[in-house]
Amino acid sequence: MTAHADGSGGRARCRALTAKGQPCRNPAGPTGLCARHERQLREAAARAGTGPGGAVARGGAGPGGAVGVDLTAEGRGATDGGDGQATGDGQATGDGQAVAEALAPLLDRAEDALGFLRRRLTGDYPIDEFGYDPDLVKHVLAPLLRPLYRHWFRVQVRGLEHVPDTGPALAVANHAGTLPLDSLMVALALLDEHPAHRPLRMLAADLAFTLPVVAPLARKSGNTLACAEDAERLLAAGELVGVWPEGYKGLGKPFRDRYRLQRFGRGGFVEVALRTGTPIVPVAVIGSEEIYPMLANLRRLARLLGVPYVPVTPTFPLLGPLGLVPLPSKWLIEFCPPIETSGYGPDAVLDPMAVFDLTDQVRDTIQQTVHKNLVTRGGVFL
Amino acid sequence: MTGRRVLVTGAARSTGRRLVAALAADPAVASVVAVDDARPAEPFGPKAEFLRVDLRSPALVRVLQSTGVDTCVHLGVTAEPLAAGGRATMKERNVLGTMQLLAAAYHAPDLRRLVLKSSTAVYGAAPGDPAVWRESMDPGTPRHGFGKDSIEVEDYVRSFDRRRPDVAVTVLRLANQVGPTVDNPLTRYFALPVCPVVFGFDPRLQFLHEEDAQAALARAVLGPVARGTFNVAGDGVVLLSQAIRIAGRPAMPIPEPLVSSVAELLRRTVDFSPEQARFLQYGRVADTTAAHEELGFKPAWSSLAAFEDFAAGRLRRLVTEAQVTRLEQDALAALRKAAAWLSSGART
Repeated sequence: MTAHADGSGGRARCRALTAKGQPCRNPAGPTGLCARHERQLREAAARAGTGPGGAVARGGAGPGGAVGVDLTAEGRGATDGGDGQATGDGQATGDGQAVAEALAPLLDRAEDALGFLRRRLTGDYPIDEFGYDPDLVKHVLAPLLRPLYRHWFRVQVRGLEHVPDTGPALAVANHAGTLPLDSLMVALALLDEHPAHRPLRMLAADLAFTLPVVAPLARKSGNTLACAEDAERLLAAGELVGVWPEGYKGLGKPFRDRYRLQRFGRGGFVEVALRTGTPIVPVAVIGSEEIYPMLANLRRLARLLGVPYVPVTPTFPLLGPLGLVPLPSKWLIEFCPPIETSGYGPDAVLDPMAVFDLTDQVRDTIQQTVHKNLVTRGGVFL
Repeated sequence: MTGRRVLVTGAARSTGRRLVAALAADPAVASVVAVDDARPAEPFGPKAEFLRVDLRSPALVRVLQSTGVDTCVHLGVTAEPLAAGGRATMKERNVLGTMQLLAAAYHAPDLRRLVLKSSTAVYGAAPGDPAVWRESMDPGTPRHGFGKDSIEVEDYVRSFDRRRPDVAVTVLRLANQVGPTVDNPLTRYFALPVCPVVFGFDPRLQFLHEEDAQAALARAVLGPVARGTFNVAGDGVVLLSQAIRIAGRPAMPIPEPLVSSVAELLRRTVDFSPEQARFLQYGRVADTTAAHEELGFKPAWSSLAAFEDFAAGRLRRLVTEAQVTRLEQDALAALRKAAAWLSSGART
């Protein structure tokens, strides 16, 4: 009975190691390997055996028919077939090879996508205790946000070297834009462009965890409730934690107050940093203020709906759902040099003055960086 | 020392039966007094003696004094209103039964240890909860049902702890139990042909394998004295959607306003209480570091492995992993074939 107690649950897993050196979690086929590693092994063998014909070997498997089921037999057949045709006619083979090479990455992506679907259908994916789902982020959420990040907001990133490659850090950023797209963009910047591809574990408002559909997505994308317990637990686990201390006051401020940072909560994030001795990385985001310029706030309706604000923007609610399309402002995210807190010692939490001072220092750093970058940016949209 | 004498309440139910058997099999234990108000399905072994006693009756004092037990394990708190004979009776059995037991225990001179089986249900389930509960955190008090009973029972046990400092009190807050022989509202829920879920929510759940539940209780009885309250759960968490997929069931999303009426319908079949509906909407996760470090207990089964063991032994999957893997491989094979056809087309 306890044979299953290692967490594998008794499924036969692939014997191979992934590119990261971890055991492959895909289910094993008849040879003890998963489909992906089976194929890699076969290709390596084909390349070693037939030299440059390797790529053809994959494409040339066609007429043989029995693809995929008995992989070893088919693999050998494919190598032979590819070889035979490669020595056949010169120019035509070149075309075939080109098509096969063009198709190879597509096949890889299809294999990736099918593997993802299979893991979803069988519930075979890991999540951590906060509900973070790296598989979903990698295969669905990040690819969905990437076009917005690259082509719509054309996000530029500076100062990534100030974010450590490993170990805990607290990224503190300004908050704006009516909908919290800025947190998503900062998270994607760190995931895609930071050398260590660090996932940002974000602290979100409690509203996010009461809304259907939003609640599970928030957790799966790496959010957890903005409370000291969760933040300290994440930092103790060595995670990079993101916090937006302005909260709704920053997110839902009128357009005329753009780039004027609001009060930084009650400094709870500083207390967490002091208690855990974590460095604070101030993050200045510009571009987020212009995505949904909030001209007015329908306070009564907001109170009726139980939400912090109902915005009126130039396009919402005038254009209906189209008003939800953000304006294509050009973004710049700058990570500032970290502010060390380990020198204060954990007792500094007891000194409200130290907490206020540090809070102000972080806020001023962000405000000044925002101003500096606003001066040098050209147009809002170009 | 002639060996330990242990009294177990709630001994006729599944956890109780397993614990009594495990204790009776241990050489350090001289005798086990198994107490419940219903007869067990099978008779207990040679070292165990079954006494049919209603915890709410004052007969318990005589039992405790005449048997001279040194350890009392209280498993008699139930989470199932239907089985208990209605919510009012359940509350009476849980809370008043515990009060009677503690009153009797106060007058048991030989008593040295008291072990209470509590539940992580004391933390409730709400969107504003911390992601991971530690024992020291103050839960937003569950307002009704089993969670409230458990909190009240723990309070009475804590006050007993103050009045009898010579008795070491250990409270184990167990996560939801699963396993091949467990029969509780949650296992009955996963055995439904279609699992109703709250639309737009996917809670994190923790499971405890039945063997681990028994091992943790046995550890608290027989191991070194560990005073205090400990969360006990399998490592890691499982999302409800994952669990339903592993169970091989289709999920049926229910919009939030209809949840209470669906829960009411299910109450008859799975003995579902409103707090369980909340649990399946918001979930909860408890930290088990203290149990590792102070109690010296580490579960052998992770939450996922425990659930997979339960699903493999008990549920007939409507969708199996082999089918899905097969489907994946067929689709890949078709794609490869198409690619090969395209490149051979370019060749000729």
